[in-house]
Amino acid sequence: MKSIGCLGLIACAAAAVAAWPAGAQQQQLTIASAGGAWQQAQRNAWYTPFAQKLGIKFNEEETSAGMARVQAMVQAHNVTDDVVTVDTAQVLAACDSGILVRLDWSKIAPREGFLPGAARDCGMGLDVYGDVLAYNTDVVKSEPPTSVLALFDTKRWPGKRGMQKIAANNLEWALEADGVPTDQVYKVLATPQGVDRAFAKLDTIKNDIVWWQAGAQPPQLLASREVVMTTAWNGRIQNPIDHEHAPFKIVWDNEIIEYDMISIPKGSPHLDLAYQYLAYVAQPENNARLGVFIPYGPVVKDATEFVPKDTLPKLPTAPDHMKAALPIDMEFWADYGQDLNKRFNDWLAK
Amino acid sequence: MLLVAPLFVLLLLSFCLPIAALLARAVYDPTMHDALPRTAAALDASPDRGVPDDAVFAAFGEDLQAAKQNDTLYNLAKDLNNLLPAARSHVLRTARGLSPDRPLTRAELTALDPFWGDSQTWSAIRNGVPSFTTGYLLAAIDLRWTPAGSIGAVPPDQAIYRAIFARTFAIAAGVTLITLVLGFPLAWLLANLSGPTAARLILLVLLPFWTSILVRTAAWTVLLQRSGILNELLLGLHAIDHPIDLMYTRAGLIIAMVHIQLPFTLLPIYSSMRTISPSQMRAAYSLGARPFAAFRRVYLPQVMPGVMAGCLLTFILCLGYFITPALVGGPADQLIANFISNYINIDLNWQMAAALSFILLALTLGLFAVFARMFGIDRMKLI
Repeated sequence: MKSIGCLGLIACAAAAVAAWPAGAQQQQLTIASAGGAWQQAQRNAWYTPFAQKLGIKFNEEETSAGMARVQAMVQAHNVTDDVVTVDTAQVLAACDSGILVRLDWSKIAPREGFLPGAARDCGMGLDVYGDVLAYNTDVVKSEPPTSVLALFDTKRWPGKRGMQKIAANNLEWALEADGVPTDQVYKVLATPQGVDRAFAKLDTIKNDIVWWQAGAQPPQLLASREVVMTTAWNGRIQNPIDHEHAPFKIVWDNEIIEYDMISIPKGSPHLDLAYQYLAYVAQPENNARLGVFIPYGPVVKDATEFVPKDTLPKLPTAPDHMKAALPIDMEFWADYGQDLNKRFNDWLAK
Repeated sequence: MLLVAPLFVLLLLSFCLPIAALLARAVYDPTMHDALPRTAAALDASPDRGVPDDAVFAAFGEDLQAAKQNDTLYNLAKDLNNLLPAARSHVLRTARGLSPDRPLTRAELTALDPFWGDSQTWSAIRNGVPSFTTGYLLAAIDLRWTPAGSIGAVPPDQAIYRAIFARTFAIAAGVTLITLVLGFPLAWLLANLSGPTAARLILLVLLPFWTSILVRTAAWTVLLQRSGILNELLLGLHAIDHPIDLMYTRAGLIIAMVHIQLPFTLLPIYSSMRTISPSQMRAAYSLGARPFAAFRRVYLPQVMPGVMAGCLLTFILCLGYFITPALVGGPADQLIANFISNYINIDLNWQMAAALSFILLALTLGLFAVFARMFGIDRMKLI
């Protein structure tokens, strides 16, 4: 009798557990993002206020596998993420392969209100960030570098330099350092000779490079003095400067400007809520709020007036920083990315 | 038998089936077959190798139109790109420029983009169209189908996997050897000590064994980096003038891997040593054997099963290393698992990941079979 009672209790508990998500289903939104200081900033600027406003529960996943995760979920017909944050190049590729929802902009915001290229068929821009150079002022004391291209000058700045382990950005910088004018970079890179030229330039510093993969690594590389200088996403360097008084300095000339994007995987279990979240983030005053927590600029044109005064000079889009800036060409990377990444990985392995 | 049935079912469902399903991707890929049905039929009708005639081009044009309509164009382009680098942008650009009104001709398309007049292109399409393809498996060992229909080597600047398989096996063998040299005397010491000292030493071996690989790898980063504990110590002792580079080098990778693998080699050796009574060695001495002869003829044969088991365990585990090379090794120290992970997570080319996994599994099983044949699987003492 006792054991039957026990079984009954377990059955009740099991039923309760099974029933619980069903009852709570309308109230949750699951987001997968890249973690670190950036996700922390998103949480402060958007997740928490949005969840409070709607009285819902916000689930967070941290992953660096972005699109691979979405592809696995969609192919298995078991989608658990409602919204995912990704790079623009990935959005274009994934959109073509049909694993993302083609966005209905009438449910979000007017498409023309975004910066050029920030409102895509399958992805909405979240913020603008810069790929910049950073150094530790305790290490580089005399003759500070003035351009990202200092990466390629091992005579004046000897020692290891950190660079992201991807083809994008590095190939552009290599061509610029080899004398290609900024507005010609993608034209040259689209030719086989241009690609050879970029890799030949990278060859000259290959043995001096420490490769990083996660956005949190560059500040660590600088703090541990593992490198003399490193490429980085500007926010990941500004945060330790602002909050921990780290002796880091950002070099803006020849920065590359990119958007972070947000997408909805096909089969998202809470599609309406996902659209509401996108609409929330696209409101000018909300879009500008991220800049309070991490110095990434808004992608909605009307949001500029809401950006706090002291944040403006730290943004990658500040007029001073834009002098030799190169906006990344996402169509180029969607078309050529796979081959260039393959070549880059083969080059790395040799 | 019935009692182990649940375990078998669990293994089958959660281990064997998913692995088989993933490995099947290396040879089964219906994407191109589904996206190019008309081209496939037209190609069957014209069996000559090389660039086909207008009938195939017309069918190809219709297939591209259809693929553009139903969102399969990109997957088609990506798949063809896997077999033939640079194909992706040609497919997408051609499809964008197609006019739906009239059938495509060979002269027109090859004038628009000479890519379509190359026999290598059509060789790749011919090989990709069947749902079952050997292209990925061949690519995983630096081979490909040539336009003539035979198997040939890929261009030297794209041939990397044989070198990486060789590197993976060489590093695994090196780490195994070092753990054996370090572990054997330690195992002997542990087996011949008694009481609390032995228990304490065993705990020192087991403590890192229970710590996660990620944590231990991160700890090695702290120890090995330029401003790390090791360099600071050596600088402080004036043993070196400049910090030595250990992070992102082969040496650093091997140090970290040896540390992680040491218990795997040591414990089977230790457990086989424990079963040997010290009186056996004394008996050998009393019968006139010199210490080395006694060790070689009495002791070593009895611990060999443990040594073999420990080495095999370490060697096979090393073949799958991923985290440690990624964090401690440099670009030239990445092992095959890092490339598999890159294909899965970054390139989304799961066919290639499956093909590389298949080759790795086949090599490992082959090696295991040779090993088992040479030394006897029943003589191996795993625990």
